[in-house]
Amino acid sequence: MNPVIAVSNLGKRYGHTVAVDDVSLEVLEGEIFGLIGPNGAGKTTTMECVEGNRVPDKGTISVLGLDPQRDANELRQRIGVQHQEAHLQKRIKVWEAVDLWRSLYPRVVDADTLLARLGLEAKRDAWFMTLSGGQKQRLFIALALIHEPEVVFLDELTTGLDPQARRAIWALVTGIRDRGTTVFLTTHLMEEAERLCDRVAIIEHGRIIELGTPEELVQKHCPERTVVFTSDDANVAERLHGLGAVERAEGNGPTYTIRGAGDDFVTDVINIIAREGIRVRGFRTEIPTLEDVFLKLTGHGIRD
Amino acid sequence: MRPQFLRGFWKLTWLETKIFVREPMGFVGALVMPVIVFIVLGRAFGAGTPVAAPAVDIPFNVAILAAVLIAISAVQSLVAIISIYREGGILKRLRSTPLSPVTIMGAQVAVKLVFTVISLSLLMLAGRRLFPGVMRVNVFSFTVAVLLSTFSILSLGFVIASMVPTARFAQVISAAVVYPMLALSGLFFPVERFPPALKSVAYVLPTTHAVALLQGVWDGSGWGAHWGDVAALLALFAAYTALSTKFFRWE
Repeated sequence: MNPVIAVSNLGKRYGHTVAVDDVSLEVLEGEIFGLIGPNGAGKTTTMECVEGNRVPDKGTISVLGLDPQRDANELRQRIGVQHQEAHLQKRIKVWEAVDLWRSLYPRVVDADTLLARLGLEAKRDAWFMTLSGGQKQRLFIALALIHEPEVVFLDELTTGLDPQARRAIWALVTGIRDRGTTVFLTTHLMEEAERLCDRVAIIEHGRIIELGTPEELVQKHCPERTVVFTSDDANVAERLHGLGAVERAEGNGPTYTIRGAGDDFVTDVINIIAREGIRVRGFRTEIPTLEDVFLKLTGHGIRD
Repeated sequence: MRPQFLRGFWKLTWLETKIFVREPMGFVGALVMPVIVFIVLGRAFGAGTPVAAPAVDIPFNVAILAAVLIAISAVQSLVAIISIYREGGILKRLRSTPLSPVTIMGAQVAVKLVFTVISLSLLMLAGRRLFPGVMRVNVFSFTVAVLLSTFSILSLGFVIASMVPTARFAQVISAAVVYPMLALSGLFFPVERFPPALKSVAYVLPTTHAVALLQGVWDGSGWGAHWGDVAALLALFAAYTALSTKFFRWE
């Protein structure tokens, strides 16, 4: 697959504050790429430089083969943008915003179809100020998609939304990718990155500290796995000790916590339980997440 | 191929007009307040003829005061809208569409000019009905003079709008500029009698030239006698526009 976005050695400072120190990354055609990190890490600045809405101090950027500064006008026709914490005029109606945006591009999608796709058809005549947070974000997605862009930029799309609205937005974003559009998003929610992104780059203090698929990163940095099960049999912990990939087995009443590492660990535990004939009442696995990877790489949680 | 400037211009202007009308307070305030001032003061002092107000002994034309108020309320409304749009990220959002910056700002100015003309028409109508005999001014000339003044005063509004960081601050700053500007305009005290320092401040403010021009058009001395004020209004417009282009911030 071809890179549709190529960034190398991007840097941007505001006065004495370094917002982006040194960022290089590539976004491939048709993927959802996530730039993840805490607030103030440089996510939005990086994204705005790529969109052409901010002038970088150093480095080179290519989007769809265009230079975001030199070819700004052509680029605006081919990308769709949703800003962090954006607003529209309080008293603009949903259809009016869609209508204005449609008039700005030579090739556009049908307004009613798009509103229906985003679940906004009942809100056609509503003022922007009366929409819920989720509805506002869906309207911004609609505006970003109106000219069938080849790349869509989504900056902190679900910040401040309730879990239900968040899930609805995730489904929409996956739908955008499935229609062949490349998606570049930023988020500080690790669950969002894990659910949505094909590949992620972790950014901290203006530098990319790790890049890959969420599974790769978890495998590389957090190989430890845990199985927790309940059983009334006797001596269960002793029977598991030292077998296969099991590193530690502890019992607390009928609940047993088995720790190990590697992809084969869970299979090993299942095999041992079957071989030993242990009668199990409940069984679950605990697999590390991107949140754990982040904690390990930076030494602090994402919201610190 | 349409020029870049016109892409979305009429649609955005129409949209901003509708949005402006939907906010009753701002709409009524900008449109009707100057007319009310005109009627009330006109009743008290006479509508169209310069009256020597008893205590101050200065010719004072209520019709021109109302016309200047129309222009000034357009400025305050413009400053408020731009600072609110900037603070809410609306300017930034519009900026990242194919809309050109000139179009985004041009639409705002167009809306203000439309309402200036409407408000001025209300003023003329009220004058004709309530104070018969005094509104003998050439309506076309007077309208052109008010529009030219509004343009020039609006460009000063843009300088304010370019520099204020928040919407709350915008209100304070525009009031702090507008009221002294009104006091120095020559409407209440003749500019010639100002001390030199104040006089030079008065001459870089568009209202001073606007009042002189409107006064002239009202008296029937015509455009020829006031080409200096016309030139000053245009020069100030150019200077203020250049200044705000340099300092304008989209976010």
